[in-house]
Amino acid sequence: VTIASGAPGRAPARVEDLPDPLFKRIGEVLRNQEESAWRIGARIASLLPLAALGFAITVLAIKAWPAIRVNGIGFLTRSTWNAGSGYGATVHTDGVAHPMGSSYGAWPLIAGTLQTSAIAVIIAVPISIGAAFALTERLPRFISRPLGFAIEVLAGIPSVIFGIWGLLTLGPFLADHVYPTIANNMPDVPILSYFRGPSGEGEGLLTAGIVLALMIVPIIASTTRDLFMAVPPLPKEGGEALGMTDFEVANKITVPWVRSGIIGATVLGLGRALGETVAVALIAGSILGHTAQNIFSPMTTIAATILTQLDGAQTDGTGFAVATLAELALILAVISVAVNLLARLIIKRSGRLGAPVGRA
Amino acid sequence: MSAAPMPGARQRRGLAVGFQVATYLSLILVLGPAAWLLLGVIGRAVPHFSWSVLYTDTKGTSGGLENAILGTLVLMLGTFIVAGSVGVLAGIHLAELSRPRRNGKPSGGLLRTASDVLSGFPSIVLGYVGYVALVVGLKWGFSLLPAIIILSIMVVPYIAKTTETAIRQVPTNYREGAEALGMSTGYGLRKVILKTAFPGIVTGLLIAVAIAGGETAPLIYTAGFTDANPSFSLIHHQIGYLTYPVFNFYNQPGNQAHYLAYDSALLLIVLVLILIVGAHFIVARTQRHAESRF
Repeated sequence: VTIASGAPGRAPARVEDLPDPLFKRIGEVLRNQEESAWRIGARIASLLPLAALGFAITVLAIKAWPAIRVNGIGFLTRSTWNAGSGYGATVHTDGVAHPMGSSYGAWPLIAGTLQTSAIAVIIAVPISIGAAFALTERLPRFISRPLGFAIEVLAGIPSVIFGIWGLLTLGPFLADHVYPTIANNMPDVPILSYFRGPSGEGEGLLTAGIVLALMIVPIIASTTRDLFMAVPPLPKEGGEALGMTDFEVANKITVPWVRSGIIGATVLGLGRALGETVAVALIAGSILGHTAQNIFSPMTTIAATILTQLDGAQTDGTGFAVATLAELALILAVISVAVNLLARLIIKRSGRLGAPVGRA
Repeated sequence: MSAAPMPGARQRRGLAVGFQVATYLSLILVLGPAAWLLLGVIGRAVPHFSWSVLYTDTKGTSGGLENAILGTLVLMLGTFIVAGSVGVLAGIHLAELSRPRRNGKPSGGLLRTASDVLSGFPSIVLGYVGYVALVVGLKWGFSLLPAIIILSIMVVPYIAKTTETAIRQVPTNYREGAEALGMSTGYGLRKVILKTAFPGIVTGLLIAVAIAGGETAPLIYTAGFTDANPSFSLIHHQIGYLTYPVFNFYNQPGNQAHYLAYDSALLLIVLVLILIVGAHFIVARTQRHAESRF
């Protein structure tokens, strides 16, 4: 709602109370200009996120350009990660200087990023929806309110704390007590055979995925809880009056009612999982050069690699390693922007199609 | 309703019971590990905690955390000022000042999309941009200013969103009342709309500052780390912060380093809790007032 501007010169505060004609004049000018000051300031501020986004992408693209030219399209499919010899000759490819023998490939990192995020979402979404149900539909208010608040607080716990806990506490626990059982009992059929083999020491793909899931659960669960609370009671009561069970009411009425909101929250969580850096850098085992052999084996992601490889990259006198990291950052940026835009599309679609019976 | 045959009563009851069990189980799966995490960190930190870490500087991987605590507070304050002013103004623009389009759709579509995309942007990518463009490109070195700029870019979308939501919740009567009293748009905005939306805006700001204070990756790329207390120079001086010891000291030799890692984790949790609980306290209080006002 926009407010129509009032009559000029009819400022409500008493300008005549100001002590000095000069101040009086300044006060008058300020009053009259206040609206345009707000408008201009707000206009500029609202442009800054767009400008920051454009600036970030531009900087990355310029910085990554030499690496894009030398690494080529094969960068997306190769698995090697070799900085070349720091003491050897500098060679030129397409006029770009890089150390002899350097060869970079991002496939294991891209795969690792997608794998950890997929595991996180697969674990987090069902338990978030389940927990939101327990909070809104089952537990009495005096229990569900503090628990809901606790979940919201969890969203603010710094990721580095999740990382160190996953590394020192959760990872070893799972490796000692849970992973061997899974690894030994999984049938050797396609897909499930990925769960077989050496169960590792707790630093790896599955531990990273689980910790990421714990990190995104508060986001998804608290949003879903708010959504469920906003579902009007009449359709649910109608369902119950028709003899539907709790599960059928949830499955046929409550969840469809807020489906696009849940998708939005999931994508928010997915975005955080894709870009999460320190926690993964601590837990994943930081193995460069090949994809994870099974779900327990050490690996790494794009974000973690950008963090952990900077020190090493700076020793490359040609600057090629830093350019390659910029290319990685660009790939990660493209993935996250693509996911975000895709989600907006899905929400738009399902907002139209998913309108459940009874919604005006 | 549907062509598929209805499942039998026993099956339906089974599903209902299974669903009930599953919801409680998921609640346990959400809260259990979280409690384990918090108790684990606190349990490791408290037995060796000494108050002297609060007023001793870090020396290598031992000593205290005064420099890191002050550094984190300075970074939070800087982010509060920069991101706060930009984010609140952007939120005002999106909620109040941008004109609706002719076709009746809400305005600011591109700006809103940019803000949404930026809020999902990986923090490490922003940190890397800060390193390339500000730390190296402008030769500022690891220092306060690039760190504050990058943290602010990270949280501005969040602040803009919470501000927009808070302003949209101001009842339309208030706007009409302001207009009827002959207030100019700017004056009405300041005295009526912002005043009413103030608690919501502050809540968003506090949570944004808590998020910024808990960041690690972008700070490693922009702020560096130092054992010295923060000076007031914006560039060329590295600055300490609490997440650094957690990330770097846990595997350093010596118990002292491990204690520092857990102490800083504990302090981070306390800091974040204070900010978030404070924010919710504001919401709870003002909601009570808002209800009594009508």
